[in-house]
Amino acid sequence: MRYMMLIYSQEDEKAPTEAVAEVAEAHRQLMTETRLRGVFRAADPLQRSSTATTVRSENGKVLLTDGPYAETKEQLAGYYILECRDLDEAIAWAARIPTACLGGSGCVEVRPLRDMAESMHDG
Amino acid sequence: MTGDLRAAIERVFREESGRILAGLIRRSRSFDLAEEAMQDALAAALQAWEAGGIPENPGAWITAAANRKLIDYVRREKTRQSHEEQLLYEGPQCAVFDEEMSAEEDDRLRLIFTCCHPALNQEAQIGLTLRTLGGLTTAEIARAFLVPETTLAQRLVRAQRKIQQARIPYQVPPPEQLAERLSSVQAVLYLIFNEGYTVSTGDSLLRKELCAEAIRLARILVVLMPGNPENMGLLALMLLHDSRRDARCAPDGELILLEEQDRSRWHHHQIAEGIRLVQRALGRRSPGSYQLQAAIAAVHAEAQTAADTDWKQIAALYSVLAAIETSPIVYLNQAVAIAMSGELQQGLDLIDRLGANRDLDSYHLYHAARADLLRRMGRARDALESYRSALRLTTNKIEQRYLCRRIADMQGNQVR
Repeated sequence: MRYMMLIYSQEDEKAPTEAVAEVAEAHRQLMTETRLRGVFRAADPLQRSSTATTVRSENGKVLLTDGPYAETKEQLAGYYILECRDLDEAIAWAARIPTACLGGSGCVEVRPLRDMAESMHDG
Repeated sequence: MTGDLRAAIERVFREESGRILAGLIRRSRSFDLAEEAMQDALAAALQAWEAGGIPENPGAWITAAANRKLIDYVRREKTRQSHEEQLLYEGPQCAVFDEEMSAEEDDRLRLIFTCCHPALNQEAQIGLTLRTLGGLTTAEIARAFLVPETTLAQRLVRAQRKIQQARIPYQVPPPEQLAERLSSVQAVLYLIFNEGYTVSTGDSLLRKELCAEAIRLARILVVLMPGNPENMGLLALMLLHDSRRDARCAPDGELILLEEQDRSRWHHHQIAEGIRLVQRALGRRSPGSYQLQAAIAAVHAEAQTAADTDWKQIAALYSVLAAIETSPIVYLNQAVAIAMSGELQQGLDLIDRLGANRDLDSYHLYHAARADLLRRMGRARDALESYRSALRLTTNKIEQRYLCRRIADMQGNQVR
């Protein structure tokens, strides 16, 4: 089953370059390992949430808002999609995803992807 | 021994011992066995390398040797344990052990771990465990936990859907996760027990049912994971507390404290089983929170009268417990035990020191314990003040009535 790991992180602008480099290195290692194990499907980092635009369609009108939808401390900063046997395996990988993208603390939300063929039957 | 050889072994030990030991502990889940295997492997290394020279990869050599030793020890330990089990579980429990460890029972263990998976919230864990492994209906569980039946039903459906859709595995966790997952299972069972044990105005028959269910499930854990001392400790703790069920409540629902209970109304066969389990668990020399709490309950259970209670031993057990569980409740109980062992002033000083940072100001048991010591010391006015603080802070009706009774008694004494 494919799981999406959504990385939420605090956007600390004063992160020292070594710390940022360390996080990047940890991601590179994790991607290499998940590729070797045949688990890796996709992963990307996002630009800062200050580059976000929220789009909402209401009555045929498109409304735009500057910034992300939710005003929380931790912002979506990147994602992985990994093919795992079960939730335990997904949790084990998620626990190894660095979340301190810019130096601040963070967390990973693990969500199974819906199989479209299956969900057609589920309704 | 040549200097080269000694240097090589020292280097291996410094660089590799942590990693090798961690692997051994993961495999054996026993610090003792892992350490023993490691020591023996090093001794074997000394001997073999002196004769045949240092191998190319000394770390791998020691790891392999230690693993072989470990397998021997685990086999030996298993033989010893199954022997012990038969010796200790004579009488009515014997039938449980005579049952073959069938695939069905393996499934039951898998199911306990699935229901108590930490990816589910605790209410769901409790509900699922009772629903799938216990003998209670959704309606009964809802009534016991004072939630509307539809709410509980929705909660269970959501949890079951998550198990399926997020694919929570149906398995006994691998050794490296077992300890952590097991503690989540133990916590769920203890919560179920405590929900039943807490004196409240709810349905008393249902509460007894909850205690019985928790004991039954804890017994399954002991049977299915023989040799785990915390499982034994948990079962013992439940049995020992539950043995007092008929003595701790007056016919009018009034709470009767341990000190004032009619000990002839305790269930002595349960006490005997609880004590046996505690002794067996502590013999494993891996004391944990449940084992120590059970040991404390056992000391209380062994006393013929309240005055016979071995408070010195209880205080000693609390100090061991306080070292592994740093909770204010444990410290508070430790202070009370010290006071009851004859050192009233020392106990009170400890309580006052605990309360100095005012963290416990809103905790009614802190005031109640303090009040009780002050009363025993004859400081009636201070005691009265603390009893009143406790009364202001508790919402439990039965505790409120108990505190009111104390306050009335003391006011009566003051007038006289």
